[in-house]
Amino acid sequence: MDINVAQLFQTINLNVIMPEVILSVLGMALLLVNVFVPSKSKGYLAWLSLIGIIGAGFVAVTGWGTTVSSFNDSVVQDNFAIFFKMIFLLAAGLAVLISDQYMSREDCNHGELYPIILFTTVGMMLMAAATDLMTIFLGLELMSISLYVLAGFNRDSIKSNEAGMKYFLLGAFSTGFLLYGMALIYGVTGTTRIAKIASLVVQVGGAGNTMLLIGMFLMLTGFLFKIAAAPFHMWTPDVYEGAPTPMTAFMSAGPKAAGFATMLRLLLVVFPAMKAEWSDLLWILAVLTMTVGNFTALRQDNIKRMLAYSSIAHAGYCLVGFASGTATGTSGILFYMLSYTFMNIGAFAVIVLIGKKGEPNGTVMDYAGLGHKRPLLALAMTVFMFSLAGMPPTAGFIGKFYLFSGAVEAGYIWLAIIGVLNSAASVYYYLRVIVFMYFKPGEEEFDWFTISAPVALALVVSAAGSLIPGVIPSLLLQFAQQAVKLI
Amino acid sequence: MDNLNNYLIVSAVLFSIGTIGVLTRKNAIVMFMCIELMLNAVNLTFVAFSRHLGNLDGQIFVFFIMTVAAAEAAVGLAMFIAFFNNRESIDIDDANLMKW
Repeated sequence: MDINVAQLFQTINLNVIMPEVILSVLGMALLLVNVFVPSKSKGYLAWLSLIGIIGAGFVAVTGWGTTVSSFNDSVVQDNFAIFFKMIFLLAAGLAVLISDQYMSREDCNHGELYPIILFTTVGMMLMAAATDLMTIFLGLELMSISLYVLAGFNRDSIKSNEAGMKYFLLGAFSTGFLLYGMALIYGVTGTTRIAKIASLVVQVGGAGNTMLLIGMFLMLTGFLFKIAAAPFHMWTPDVYEGAPTPMTAFMSAGPKAAGFATMLRLLLVVFPAMKAEWSDLLWILAVLTMTVGNFTALRQDNIKRMLAYSSIAHAGYCLVGFASGTATGTSGILFYMLSYTFMNIGAFAVIVLIGKKGEPNGTVMDYAGLGHKRPLLALAMTVFMFSLAGMPPTAGFIGKFYLFSGAVEAGYIWLAIIGVLNSAASVYYYLRVIVFMYFKPGEEEFDWFTISAPVALALVVSAAGSLIPGVIPSLLLQFAQQAVKLI
Repeated sequence: MDNLNNYLIVSAVLFSIGTIGVLTRKNAIVMFMCIELMLNAVNLTFVAFSRHLGNLDGQIFVFFIMTVAAAEAAVGLAMFIAFFNNRESIDIDDANLMKW
C-alpha cells in the first residue's frame, strides 16, 4: 500500500475542526495563564473561557448547511455535528458561568477547572464529528478522562474523591467493552472508516455475521454506559451526588448528548441493515431505563441524587425516540437534548446558589419557604421543574411530544404509552420541590448567598431556553430536522 | 495466517479474566490492573486482525489505545492517592458514603 504524501495533505482541511482547535489552544493557554492569576481572581479565567466558547460557537455555525470531510474522511462537518457542537458549547458555557461562585465557596478554586472543561468540550465535539472509529475513541477518551478529573475535582472532599474514583473505574471498564467491539468490527470489515464499514456490513452478512453482531452490541454497551441507560446506570447517582454541583450539571447534559450523537451516527449510518436487532434491544432498554430512573427518583430526598435518577429517566425518553428510528424520533432527540441542557443546568444553578459550604442542606426539604423569601429564584426553579416534568408550555413538553410521536409513527404504540405513564409518574417528584418551595413553612431566611452576575446570566439564559422552544418550537425543530436529514 | 483463531482465543480469554477480575476484586489498584488487562486483550485482537488482514489500521489503533491507557493511568492513580489521603484505604468497599 503506497501512500502519496502530497495527496494525503490535500485531505487536510483545518477549517473542519476549527472550533476544536480554538478551544484546545485556549485551554492550553489558560493552563499557562493560570499560574500567574492569584487564587482570588480565578473568575477572570471563566470569562476568558466563555469568550473562547462563544467564538468557537460562531466559527462552528458558519459551516451550517455544508458537508465537508477532512483528514482522510475521519472527521466531518455537517449539520448533525454542528447542531450537537452547539449543545456542547452551550453546556460548557453555562457550566463555566456557574462554576466560579461554587468553587470559591468550597475553597477549591483551582484555575485548572476551566481548561479541563474546555478539553472535555473538545472531546465531545470530536465525538459528534467523528466518522472513523479511531476518532470516535479518541474523542470519547478525551471527554471521559477530563470528566473523571472534573468529578473528583474537589480533592479535599471525601464525597468528591469517591465520585471520581467510582466514575473512573466504571468508565474505564466500559471503555474496555467499547474497544473490544471496535476490534471485532475492524476484524470483520478490515477498516475503521464508518462509511466503508457501512458499505461492507451487508456484504459480510449483516446480522447473520455473529462477530459483527457481537461487535455492535459491545460498542453499544460502551455508549449506553455514557448516556447512563439502565442497566449501565449504577454509577450515575453516586457520581452526580459526589461531584461538585456545576460539574454535575455539565456532565448530565454534555456527555449524555455526546453519547447520543455518536450512537445516532453509528446506528443510523453504519448499522441500518441491522435495525431489527438494535431497535428491539433499545425498546427494552428504553422501558427499563425510564422505569428504573423515575421510580427510584420518587423516593430520593437529596435533590442532586433525585436529579441524577431523573437524568437516567430522561435518557430513557430519548431512547424511545431512538428505538423508533424515524425522522421525527431522531430529530426529537436533538431537540430534547438541547432543551434538556437548558433546563437541567438551570436547575443545578439554583442548587449551586442554595447550597452552603460542603452542602449540608442538599435535600428537597431544605427548599421549604424559598418561594416567599426569594420569589424570583423560586420562579426560575419552578420553570425548570415544569420543563423537566414535561408540562406545557415548556420545551420539555414539546421534546417529549416529538419523541413519543416518533414512536407512535413507527408503530411502537405500547412504548409511547409506557413513556407517557412514566412521564406522569415523574411529575410527582418534580412538583414536590415546588410544593416545598411555596406551600411549606420554612425557618430559613435564605440570606446566606447573593446571586453573582455570571450565575444570574446562566439562570436567565436557561430559563429562556426552557420556555422559548416550548412556545415557538418550529424554528428549533426545523434546525433539528435539517441536522438529522444528512446522516 | 491460519492461526488467527489462536490469537483471538487467547485475547478473548485475557479479556474475560480482566472482566471477572474487575467484578470480583475489591482493591481499586487491582481492579485498575484488570482493566489494563482488558485493554491489552483488545490490543492483541487488533494486532492479530491487522496482521491477518494485511492492513496497518489496526496497529495504529493500538498505539492510540496505549497512549490513552497511559493518560488514564495518570489520572486514575492520582485519584486513588487523593482517596487514600482522605480515607487511608483504597478498598472500594470503603467508598460507601453514598448509597441509594
